[in-house]
Amino acid sequence: MSPELATALQVAILVAALAVVHVPLGDYMARVFTDTRHLRVERLVYRLGGVGPDADQRWPVYARSVLGFSLVSILLLYALMRLQDRLPLSLGLPAVGADGAWNTAVSFVTNTNWQWYSGEATMGHLVQMSGLAVQNFVSAAVGIAVAVALVRGFVRHRTDRLGNFWVDLVRGTVRILLPLAFLAAVLLVLGGAVQNFTGAQGVTTLDGATQTIVGGPIASQEAIKNLGTNGGGFFNANSSHPFENPSALTNLLEIFLLLAIPFSLPRTFGRMVGNRRQGLAIVAVMASIWATAVGVITWAETRGFGTVPQAAGAAMEGKEVRFGEGASALFAASTTGTSTGSVNSFHDSYTALGGGVTLLNMMLGEVAPGGVGAGLYGMLVLAVLTVFLAGLMVGRTPQYLGKKVGRPEITLVALYILTMPTLLLVGAAITAGTPALVEASVQDPGAHGLSEILYAYASATNNNGSAFAGFGAGTPYQNTALGLGMLFGRFVPIILVLALAGSLARQQPAAVGAGTLPTHGPVFAGLLGFVVLVVAGLTFFPVLALAPIAEALL
Amino acid sequence: MTAFLRTSLAGLRVLLVLTVLTGLAYPTAVYAIGRTMPDRADGAMIEVDGHVVGSRLIGQPFDGEEWFLPRPSAAGDGYDPLASGASNLGPENLDLLATVEQRRAEVAGRESVDPELVPPDALTASGSGLDPHISPEYAALQVPRVAQARGLDEDIVRSHVAEATTDRELGVLGEPRVNVLELNATLAVLD
Repeated sequence: MSPELATALQVAILVAALAVVHVPLGDYMARVFTDTRHLRVERLVYRLGGVGPDADQRWPVYARSVLGFSLVSILLLYALMRLQDRLPLSLGLPAVGADGAWNTAVSFVTNTNWQWYSGEATMGHLVQMSGLAVQNFVSAAVGIAVAVALVRGFVRHRTDRLGNFWVDLVRGTVRILLPLAFLAAVLLVLGGAVQNFTGAQGVTTLDGATQTIVGGPIASQEAIKNLGTNGGGFFNANSSHPFENPSALTNLLEIFLLLAIPFSLPRTFGRMVGNRRQGLAIVAVMASIWATAVGVITWAETRGFGTVPQAAGAAMEGKEVRFGEGASALFAASTTGTSTGSVNSFHDSYTALGGGVTLLNMMLGEVAPGGVGAGLYGMLVLAVLTVFLAGLMVGRTPQYLGKKVGRPEITLVALYILTMPTLLLVGAAITAGTPALVEASVQDPGAHGLSEILYAYASATNNNGSAFAGFGAGTPYQNTALGLGMLFGRFVPIILVLALAGSLARQQPAAVGAGTLPTHGPVFAGLLGFVVLVVAGLTFFPVLALAPIAEALL
Repeated sequence: MTAFLRTSLAGLRVLLVLTVLTGLAYPTAVYAIGRTMPDRADGAMIEVDGHVVGSRLIGQPFDGEEWFLPRPSAAGDGYDPLASGASNLGPENLDLLATVEQRRAEVAGRESVDPELVPPDALTASGSGLDPHISPEYAALQVPRVAQARGLDEDIVRSHVAEATTDRELGVLGEPRVNVLELNATLAVLD
């Protein structure tokens, strides 16, 4: 079989699996968040946690619960890392420094999983499995909860109640993430991923050298890291490490995991609003952008544009032989399209075009299909904007799913859309404009160096977590600044989304008339896709022209 | 403010309960299942003459005419599992370009072949720095040298290469590959 055909069939298998799974998974998630009963284990969590599961919250209370929960998450994770040297299962590793622990705590709580450190040399088993991996679960559940709260804003009428955050959090964890992660982890172990509690094991190699092999609870973390679109690797090499991702089969499973929930949530949305075609329009836009990214990156990497790939005969720097260009490109497009940030190959060494698309994927705001929950609420915010723009064009009052898009709503949408680009561009500009900071962190000269800075801030502010890893992020300044970028990039949009949900839920639904823009057909999907590209394009084209585009053309 | 504090305290209690569930029970359950297949869950360790010499999944450094050689590695001083990772050098990086040219000359000299014939995986460092595989092309290139160094017929060495070769999973996933440690281990046992 020709390599091109194999690459195409590999994508086809993935698409077929997602097409099959998104229906039952999306329907199941809709049931989870509309179910009126609690499971026994959930009741236990509510009782031990001292939270009442049956009181619906107004949006400020919902937001306060998200923020309070995230704050204690940061504090607990920070404490675990700072006290690592006194905790069991720590492999004799020292406590993590203050700026590094701050950055990592924020990173995992915001579902970013940006990593300035090498896991194998910094984090013991306890911090990995009971600190970092726990946030892989709950930060993902927070994202889903916020998305569900926004959907309830469309579904509910004349109420100020959006649901109960604790219930959404616990159900997302217990009924969705935990069972799926468990199944995936078992499959990963079957595929050869490591799961033990072994510390460093010294061996004498076949040729008489010494090698220290580190195991750990890897498969369990690998499963949720991808399923929850988190991305923080057990090892520095992330999913290119053979213990995390031993074969092309586990590789496809991991790509499937990172896309499964984001591509199923539009179905959940359609179910909850009582019209599946509404969800179909959203998923069509997500899938089109994702497929385009897969196509372009695969083309660029298999053709191997650029000086070094041409000299080497292929763009294999930073890629594993078992994956090759095709399975690497598929992973890269999916991990940057979902705000995951796990990598099976290193984007810094990608061709200018391939690496540029991974950067653009994040700059689109992580909506194709985006992180778990975050992708759906990001796309719904853009859908509200699309309805508004269409309304302006034809002179009708814009409405989406019967809810009018008035001044309060569009103000929140505008603030949402401005948040990430502002954080990204200001953060990148400060580093790029300060010679000492460039000197300290930027590895490659010229346009590629600017790409490294942009990638770091795009990754942090969009809560992706992947890197052009030549960028030396482990300095006190970058740890602090990128930490702030992750924090504001996550929680400012979440507060705005919850406020929008509150505003929508209060409304009495307007009657659908002949002048109402249908929001389920190809026309709307096309418009929405156009808005996604135009918003990101107008914002970022100038800076992209200076970095990856300049590099590709020079 | 007191409302926020009260909410945060409730959050802490919920977090602790969820930590027991997802941070202790879940990895332990996966661990328990892994114990039913320790060969896989412990990283496919490989023994030669009763000694564990490494993991089939983790590449090793080799040096010498009698071995198949792995790809270049950016992990520490090469194949250091405590420092996994890539070079992260960009596609227009001139230092990387010089390194690639130098590797091409070295490999061509070592294998006594035309530099044009050296495959890409022999010239580039992998993502993990621990890549256990090389391409079938790079393995084929090394067969004559290894056969000569070991005083073996080339066809015998080629049959060992074939045994250490994995095709694409399901016929379409990833790329064909040769496991260097497995291959060298079967050759070492012949001695």
